[in-house]
Order: sequence, then structure tokens, then C-alpha cells
Amino acid sequence: MQTSLSIPLYQEGELNLNTAIQRFAPQAEWVGIRLVEETTHSRSVRNHRPDGNSISFDRGVMIEVLHAGHFGYAGTSDFSEQGLNRAFHKALELAKAGSKHKIFSFTEAQRPCSVGHYQTAVFRGLDSESLKEFTDLLMAASRALKPSEKIVTAVAAARIVETRIHCVASNGTETDQKFLLLANNFSATAQVGVDSQTRSANGGVARCLQMGLEAFDRQEILQKCAQVSEEALLLLEAPNCPSDSRDLILAPDQMLLQIHESIGHPLELDRILGDERNYAGSSFVKAKDFGNLKYGSDLMNVTFDPSMPGEYASYGFDDCGNPAKREFLIEKGVLKRGLGSLESQVRSGLPGVANFRSASWNRAPIDRMANINLEPGTSSLKDMISQTEKGIYMEANISWSIDDYRNKFQFGCEFARLIENGELKGIVKNPNYRGITVPFWSSLKAVGSADEVEIYGTPWCGKGEPSQVIRVGHASPPCLFSNIEVFGGGQ
Amino acid sequence: MSFSQELEIHFDSLSSSLFSCLKQNEELNLTLSAEQSDFLRFNRAKIRQNTFVEQKSLSLQFQCKGRQVAFEFVLSGQLETDQRLGQKLIDRARLEIEVLPEDDYLVPMENRGESRSSHVGALPKVYAAMDSIVDLSRGTDFVGFYSAGPQVRANRNSKGQKHWFSNESFFIDYSLFTSNVDEEIKAVKGVYSDTAWNSEHFQNRLQLSKNQLSLSRRKSVQVKPGNYRTYLAPAATSEICGMLSQNALSLSALKKGSCPFAKLYDGKETLSPHFSLKENFRLGFCHRFNSLGELAPEELHLIEAGQLKNMLVSTRAEREYGTKSNAAEAGMFGTEGLRSPEIAPGSLAEAEALQKLGTGLYLSNLHYLNWSDLASARLTGMTRYACFWVEQGEVVGPISDMRFDDSLYQILGSSLENVTREQCIDPGISTYFMRELGAKKVPGLLLSQFSLTL
Repeated sequence: MQTSLSIPLYQEGELNLNTAIQRFAPQAEWVGIRLVEETTHSRSVRNHRPDGNSISFDRGVMIEVLHAGHFGYAGTSDFSEQGLNRAFHKALELAKAGSKHKIFSFTEAQRPCSVGHYQTAVFRGLDSESLKEFTDLLMAASRALKPSEKIVTAVAAARIVETRIHCVASNGTETDQKFLLLANNFSATAQVGVDSQTRSANGGVARCLQMGLEAFDRQEILQKCAQVSEEALLLLEAPNCPSDSRDLILAPDQMLLQIHESIGHPLELDRILGDERNYAGSSFVKAKDFGNLKYGSDLMNVTFDPSMPGEYASYGFDDCGNPAKREFLIEKGVLKRGLGSLESQVRSGLPGVANFRSASWNRAPIDRMANINLEPGTSSLKDMISQTEKGIYMEANISWSIDDYRNKFQFGCEFARLIENGELKGIVKNPNYRGITVPFWSSLKAVGSADEVEIYGTPWCGKGEPSQVIRVGHASPPCLFSNIEVFGGGQ
Repeated sequence: MSFSQELEIHFDSLSSSLFSCLKQNEELNLTLSAEQSDFLRFNRAKIRQNTFVEQKSLSLQFQCKGRQVAFEFVLSGQLETDQRLGQKLIDRARLEIEVLPEDDYLVPMENRGESRSSHVGALPKVYAAMDSIVDLSRGTDFVGFYSAGPQVRANRNSKGQKHWFSNESFFIDYSLFTSNVDEEIKAVKGVYSDTAWNSEHFQNRLQLSKNQLSLSRRKSVQVKPGNYRTYLAPAATSEICGMLSQNALSLSALKKGSCPFAKLYDGKETLSPHFSLKENFRLGFCHRFNSLGELAPEELHLIEAGQLKNMLVSTRAEREYGTKSNAAEAGMFGTEGLRSPEIAPGSLAEAEALQKLGTGLYLSNLHYLNWSDLASARLTGMTRYACFWVEQGEVVGPISDMRFDDSLYQILGSSLENVTREQCIDPGISTYFMRELGAKKVPGLLLSQFSLTL
């Protein structure tokens, strides 16, 4: 029998959350237990040689207790009766102590009673493929990425995550969610002397989906790798991106970053409420802006959509048990709704979404993005190019930076082509652009149609104290922005 | 018994048990990372969230037949459970070894000796810390994060190698917010870190921040994009130092075509004679042993008076590229980073920094740095917190947040006029996955020009 990718380390039912809740419920106003089990497979090949085969198994519970309007949290990986008791009493003590100095008086209303299941739709599970077949695919991809000695680094890497989040609470809540999350990176770095250029399939961390191994289509991967290596070599010979202002078309694999940094983060209600000011930052968006602020042009429609099949951050319930559903954040350019959990909604009096999410069992949930998508329009990439007299088309993020109020950004891409008089022209390297959020989105001139929407995401969105990384998804068609400041490399 | 003492006994028992499962020609390396943490999150001088976390993570590197597989799992603290999980992973490793290709650059395990370091702190009860911070910050718009408790890093391998590091420490990283006369929001940043809590020390630190905040209440000065004489305070220098850890001094990154200092390595660019950087484990903020159990040199000079002396080289990189290892740690992406950096002091008295600056920018902090062009070692990022326009050595008023985009060959090279005599310890405050260990020791930098772009 061949060794499959699947590694069932933990046995289901080793910990009975309901029994624990029954034991704790009489001692607390409200108590919840969130079990998180996560297996992360990281496998990579570099220059046709194994570069890493590591699998991590994470498992623990967060016990959450409400006392006098304040929630206390305690996380443990000790599932013995003693271990759980210690964590419960610690959470209770923290809730009592914190309630004397609490910023807001919460109630059970911020922990709705929910019962339900969620599971990723999977056609090919991890037990359907052998480790050897999967390793062979990565080796073949690495070979396709390195057709020339000028390619000094050819990386084929996959990250497969199996997650279970099981929540039980004293108010009758019981939600059980199982996810299969796939990410891959195929990149080639070409180098001559001290000059180098890296090109990848859609950017180093963008290819993130929630589905089965059907996401690893061998033919598509090998074709993409051949294209990636060819473009890396072309970039090495290409001139620098010009420095001027011109129309800018962003491919969906760069739109993901643009949406994430300049829409997702500024709309997080905990930033607007000030919780995040000491770390990730605040927001230029004020409470009074909801329903009023013209965030972008009339073509701008943005949704929070945890129901999108295959998108990286789809789920059924957030970590406080709030059922997740699609909501418009921005409609026809007008700001409508923030990214705020039930806690942030009651604190701010603003409409929000089901986004109270934690990185794992060892962190308390905070307001996070999930899937934030730019809704399709009626244009096409072909039409956008043909209507552009002087412009540039950029693909795949490589650099990102934005201020702590989410205004002044500067983003870099791996690959770009100039546009002159309605036609795509030569490749340029080191393409960067910068702008300010609202003026930038106000310059949105065309949005691609539904058949050009592509779905990406990232496993690495950082925020919070203590810090947390969370998975997010972003779907978008290509978009055209008018008169944007662009520039290239060099001093 | 303390958390660290209990864990040391558990780790020793578990290690011995797992080593005893090994067959001939099998080797096992175990690395333990653990913490017991109190986390207090404040907003507007009130508690937003408070959390207690106890976590212990064990990494296993299994080697056999020239191949290696790595696993990591969370320990329950129950010996029988952890032994069972560890043994299951060794069984799985044996299956994977039969399938995976040979690893040409595998670093075979050796006994690289033993080390032991254990520091016991005097940390307050979390409830006392909560009351004290709320009390001392009352009346201010205080937002911040307190993190405290024991941390452990340990390593053992089946060849007999054995390292242990444990300490107890805390930090409170905070900001104070206000509005200036133009009703613009302004803030200052502070951090207080130690192994023993002292309310008076925290109060003094907070008072310094309040004093700095009063300057931020002045009328704003509008600064346009352009080049300006600039003083980077130590916290801003620390951000730049952090970027040096991202591939700039990594031999693996150089060979992989992703090193921003490739031109420095090649002799095509130079840095200022005022700039020197070393790894200095004598600072004592983190353990010297890496995940292979190798002990890094107590000091390793990387850049001396602007000249590149050493790159960071892991032993795996030595096997691939033939350059002698200096026991650097290869991180998540296989490139080496700084673990205990110190930027050497200069001759500028910190108290005279504004006077020497004359007219220009005082930047307390930088934010969200990233490479904007690797080949030119060009960085972009934002100014943040207490940043002021200075004229003739006097603070005129705060500036709005500005974007910069400049090359390290200028910032640490042709634009670097002087470095302060005084250095600050900037403690590691990252808490992704687990609290980080370590700190940077950095001075302030006086630059003849710094490029603002937006």
C-alpha cells in the first residue's frame, strides 16, 4: 500500500466538549469552548531537490467565560480533566479581574446560540494521492521552472492545511466546521551578475483555494511553470518601468492585494474603534462615513462573501457563533457596512458582518477579513487595453506597504507590459505604483466581467495583540484605473 | 514547581522515550518551544481583552538514508499522550523516508555539546499588572499590550546533544494618542520591558511619553515630498535593522538571487564608514543555539566601518554552497536572518542630535517597511508616531505621516553623517504564533538626506 498524503494523527472524540461544558456551565454566566485541530503539510522542491518536508499538528482549546460584562480567555493543549479545569478557572478569574476595567459591557447577545456544520466541498481528498505522486509533481514543476542556467532558483511548493473548529457553549451552541485549504507557489528567479528577477505563478502566496487535490492540475501547473520561467528570463532583459503618470490595469492577482490593503483593513471596525492603534494601526474611515463616504467610482461594488465556493476564507460561522453570510460593504462606490463582529457592532452601533475570527486555539478572536471581493462589471481586459492610449498592465504582487491609517500606499508587481494607443507593448521590470486610497478608487474607470473573475487569497494576514495570522480570500476581475503614478527600480 | 522546571522534566522524559524508539541508522533531533503567557490588551486605558495561554510545541527532525522529514506537534503535557503522538510521527517518518528523494544538502546530526541557561524573573501577578497599568494610564488615551511569563527553548538529539534556555520577562508596548491644535490625531510610542516589574519605572517611562506628546499638540507643519536632512531615532533605526534581517545578509538569499546587498557583496556598492553591525549574543536576550543545536559565535562582525565582513551562513547553506557556516539559523524560507543584532555606536551625543540636525526631520518611528527594488537595496515605508519638523535645532511641530522610498546604500551609506553614542535596547515584541525572544541594540542615525515620496 502506498503512503498517502493523509496523516490521521488525532482520533475524533478524544475530547468531549459537551461534557466539559456541562461541568463548567453552573459556575459561569456563559462559557464556551473552541477546539481547533489543524494539520499543515509544507512540501517544497528547489532546483529539483527536496527543500523541505514538514508537517505540523496543532491542537488545543480556548475556554471563554463571560462575567459581569467581560469575556476572559484561557487556552490550553492539556485535555485532561485537570487541565481543562485549570483553564476554565483561569478564564473565569481573568473575566472577573478584567470586568473591573472593561472597555464595554458585553452580554450573551454577542454569543448567539447557533447549531450547524460546515465542510469544504472536496472531490479529491488527501487519501486519494500518494506522497510519491505528489512529490513527483513538485519535482516535475521545478524542472519546468528551470529551463536555463540563468534560472538560479526554481521553487515548487505546496501548503495543505486541514482544519477543524468545533465550538460548544453553555447556551446550546454547537458548530462543527472542517476545512481543506490548498496553497501553492511556483516561482523562478533569473540572475546574471548582480541583477535578478523573480517571476511566479500569480505571486508568491496568492494561489490559495479551499477545495480538494483537484486544485493541483498537473497539466495546468506544468504549463504555468514553463510560462513563469520564460517571463523571468524576459524580465531580466527588460528595461525598467518608466516613472510617470499613466492609466493602470491591474490583473486579478494584484487586485487581491489592492482590495486587501486599501479596502479590507480600513473597514475593520476594531481599527475604527481604536483597538488596533498600537499595532497594525487605525483607519481613515470614521463611524460617520458609513452610508455617506464616496469611497470610489460608481463602478466599485465590494462584498464580504464567506459563501463563495472554493474561496480560501469561506466558512459557516465565525468564532462567536454568528452565521456567516454575504453582505455588500460598498455599493456603487458608497461605503455601506464595516467589517465588524457582534462585539464591534454593539460597541460602535454600526452594521457589520460575521468576522470574529482567531488564528488558532491560542488566540482570542478579533475583527478580521474573510473573503472580500470586488464584484464584476461589464468590461473586459481586451476592452480596457483597447481604450488605453498610454498605460501599463501589471500582474502579481511582490512588494506592499501602506500607512497605519490605510491612506498612502505603494505596491510593486513582478511583471508589467506597457500599453500604447490601445495595444500591449514591451515588458518592463520592477513595476511599482503609489497612491492614496480614496482618490485611487475614485479613478476606477473599468471593471472586468464575471468571466474574468479570478479567485486568490493569502494565508498570511497579520494583525492583533497578541499577533495573529489569518487566511483571507479575494476575488476580482481585472480593473482599469486612470492617471496613476508609476515608477521602476534603480536609485 | 515552576512551569519551566516541570517542562524540563517532561522534555527529558519524552526525549529519552522517543530516542529509545529509534532503529539503527535513524537519528532524531528535538526542538522545544514553549511559553506560559498573560496577555492584556488595552484601549483608551481600559481592558479590551485578556488572555492566558500555555503552549508547548515540539519539533522533530528525523533522518535516515540521507533523507529528512520534519514534524511539529503541540504537547499536551501528559507524558503518555505525548509519547504516543511522538511515536506515531516517527512511524510516519519511516514511511516518508522510503518515498522521498535523497537530500543532497542534509546536515547529519552530531553531538554539538551542551548548554544551559535559566533566568528567573520577578513578574507581577497578572491582576496586579492590570490594576497598575490602568491606574497609571488613567486620564490618557492609552492603547497598548502587556505580555508576560516564562519562555523556553530547548534542543536535544539522539547523538547526545542537549541545550536548555528559559527565562521570565514581560513587556508593555503602548501608544498615547492626542489631537493637536489642528484637530489632527497624533501619537507617541513607548515600550517598557524587563525581567522584574517596577511600577515606578513604568510611571517614569510613561511620563517621558507624555512629555513627547505635548510636542505633538503643536500646529502641524506640511512637508512636501523631497529630500530632507533627517534624524532617525533608535526605534526608527530598529525598523531598518529589521529589514537587514530579511535576506540582506543571508548567503542563501545571495545565492538564490534574492539578496538586496548583492552589490555590496560584489563590491559595486559601499556603506558608510560610520556603519558597523554585528551579531552579539553577549547581549543575553536569546539563546545562542540554533534549531540544529549549533552554538553561534558570541560575536560575529557582519559589517565593519561600511565594509562587508561576513554573511550569515547556515550549515545547510555550507553544504550547498561551500562557504563555511557560522551557525546561522535558516528561517521559514530557507534564508538566514539576524537573531541578536547590534549596530555600533558613533560619536554623536544623543542630546545634541537636534542641534546637529539643524533644519530637517526628526523621525521617532518608521512603519510597514518593504523592499521596493531589491537590486538597489531600496526600501519604502511610512513615518509614524512622533515625527517633527525641526528648524535650527528646535522642534517646530509635528508632520503628517509621509512615505519614504530610499536606498540602504544612501541611508547607511552616502547619506549617513553620524551615529549616536547612545544605543537603545529594542526588545522583541512579536507574538505571532509564540512570543519571540531577543532584542536589537541600536543607536540613532543622522542622515544628510532622506527621500520622502508621498
